[in-house]
Amino acid sequence: MAKTESSTMKEGKERYKSGVIPYKKMGYWEPDYKIKETDVLAMFRLTPQKGVEPDECAAAVAGESSTATWTVVWTDRLTACEMYRAKAYRVDLVPNTGPGTDNEAQYFAYIAYDIDLFEGGSIANLTASIIGNVFGMKAVKALRLEDMHIPVAYLKTFQGPATGVIVERERMDKFGRPLLGATTKPKLGLSGRNYGRVVYEALKGGLDFMKDDENINSQPFMHWRDRFLYCMDAVNKASAATGEVKGHYMNVTAGTMEEMYERAEFAKSLGSIIIMIDLVIGYTAIQSMAKWARKNDMILHLHRAGNSTYSRQKNHGMSFRVICKWMRMAGVDHIHAGTVVGKLEGDPLMIRGYYDTLLDTHTKIQLEKGIFFDQDWASLNKCMPVASGGIHAGQMHQLIHYLGEDVVLQFGGGTIGHPDGIQAGAVANRTALEVMIQARNEGRDIWNEGPQILADAAKWCSPLKAGLDTWKDITFNYESTDSPDFVPTATGSV
Amino acid sequence: MMTNQGNRISQGQFSFLPDLTDAQITAQIKYALSKGWALSVEYTDDPHPRNTYWEMFGNPMFDLKDPAGIMMEVNNCRKTFPNHYIRVGAFSSVQGVESVTMSYIVNRPKQEPGFGLVRQETEGRTMRYTIHSYASDKPEGERY
Repeated sequence: MAKTESSTMKEGKERYKSGVIPYKKMGYWEPDYKIKETDVLAMFRLTPQKGVEPDECAAAVAGESSTATWTVVWTDRLTACEMYRAKAYRVDLVPNTGPGTDNEAQYFAYIAYDIDLFEGGSIANLTASIIGNVFGMKAVKALRLEDMHIPVAYLKTFQGPATGVIVERERMDKFGRPLLGATTKPKLGLSGRNYGRVVYEALKGGLDFMKDDENINSQPFMHWRDRFLYCMDAVNKASAATGEVKGHYMNVTAGTMEEMYERAEFAKSLGSIIIMIDLVIGYTAIQSMAKWARKNDMILHLHRAGNSTYSRQKNHGMSFRVICKWMRMAGVDHIHAGTVVGKLEGDPLMIRGYYDTLLDTHTKIQLEKGIFFDQDWASLNKCMPVASGGIHAGQMHQLIHYLGEDVVLQFGGGTIGHPDGIQAGAVANRTALEVMIQARNEGRDIWNEGPQILADAAKWCSPLKAGLDTWKDITFNYESTDSPDFVPTATGSV
Repeated sequence: MMTNQGNRISQGQFSFLPDLTDAQITAQIKYALSKGWALSVEYTDDPHPRNTYWEMFGNPMFDLKDPAGIMMEVNNCRKTFPNHYIRVGAFSSVQGVESVTMSYIVNRPKQEPGFGLVRQETEGRTMRYTIHSYASDKPEGERY
């Protein structure tokens, strides 16, 4: 969009006369604004209400997510209010929307916030501004937070992942390949003793991790202490049986912080190397558990339970890449970030964008992946993405192609549902993984030769053969709702 | 004998595959070199899962870029310690990594007795676990 002249009213008596003036005129729209190195930047997708100009709409978002209220207040004049006002500085029409298309006009609005608007080390404070009242404002029909840039100065106030990918690998003694995991199934109903059986079989068969599901906490069929005790027996027995470090993500999610700390302490006292929490516990609880995990040499797994309620629809809510950014700052070591080929939502490029956000030391603008800002990660640890949900050994070449090797591949049904048992399922997955990493490193074209590489290995690995025969035709080909707005070659709108 | 799928310790990247041939080991070395990583050869007769520091068969080979030369080191180590576990590792010095990037076993003892799990019963139903290597009951050098 062509730059328009700033229509901000001059500071002074007129500006602060009681009444209502457009946000644009109040100083929240500044197309010539020079971004400071310490500014927090946010990019929103907005759908204005009928008759509301997009730049006024952007100014309203800037206003409501920083200092503004609906009417003029004289008390602004007691403050350095110009600094505290967020500035909408750029509005672009979203490709393939608006006049001449079938889609309602949407706009990308860029907003800059001074670093002093935020408390250091608090995701809760950051988000109370950026996704606070503003999402319910009448002037916008729909609003979605697409991406954020966090300045190094602000990043440095956050702990970051308690352990990080590099140290997790060092502790696990596992390098150069994705880690393998599985969620214990059925999700609900197993007694502690039965549950531990599944954990033991899968770990002995060759998986690195087993996992509680997001809603396994402490229910009538299995109280948490029973689960922890049986699972740790399974983990240690499997470790002795294979000579490998193994783990089970103990879900410590509970109703209060006190209860979560108690469960985490118990997991630690039993020698667990990893615990787990759910996104629904909230940002502050997540940060607290991350501090606890750093202090107690614990890897911290986060299940993203609940995120799709606000991240999936393209016109309203927030992109999952922003959640990835916040969670890396908040300090988790693992986060579920999509599989591309499995049963859950996910466009390949968008998911690569999430993975880059979690793993890069410096992320570049890549519009085709939905990344709208450069991001220097200021040496914050890397956060391990987890791919879970409807994946199986027959997709190993695709998984490695899309997701690379810094990922936990979780085959729940794909391990426990194996026709010859859980150990056989784990053997199938581990063998498929190793043979594919070997082939990739040898320079083979695994995208095209993958099925043949697996078929060849199945000749000497009967569990793999049985697995491939069972799941060979299982795919989940649905169109993604959250897809990129830019094709990979687009460069124009940077 | 261990009772898992391969009757063997499954540490490293390729323990579920048939033993790698020299050509296959060389291919993996080439991959590491193409990434700019330094190769290393390490051996041990105490493969406890948390025994991080295997003995170095010399320093990591920062300046050796010839796969055949590195393979020669692997074979020298095998000749010197035919009944030890030997692994090839790769190190990246890139900022943000600065750690091990590959690790795979290229030699094993003929018999792998594995580990026992020692359970110490403590308060309530809580247990303390120790993973005990059967081989390490014998002195160094006489284990396999």
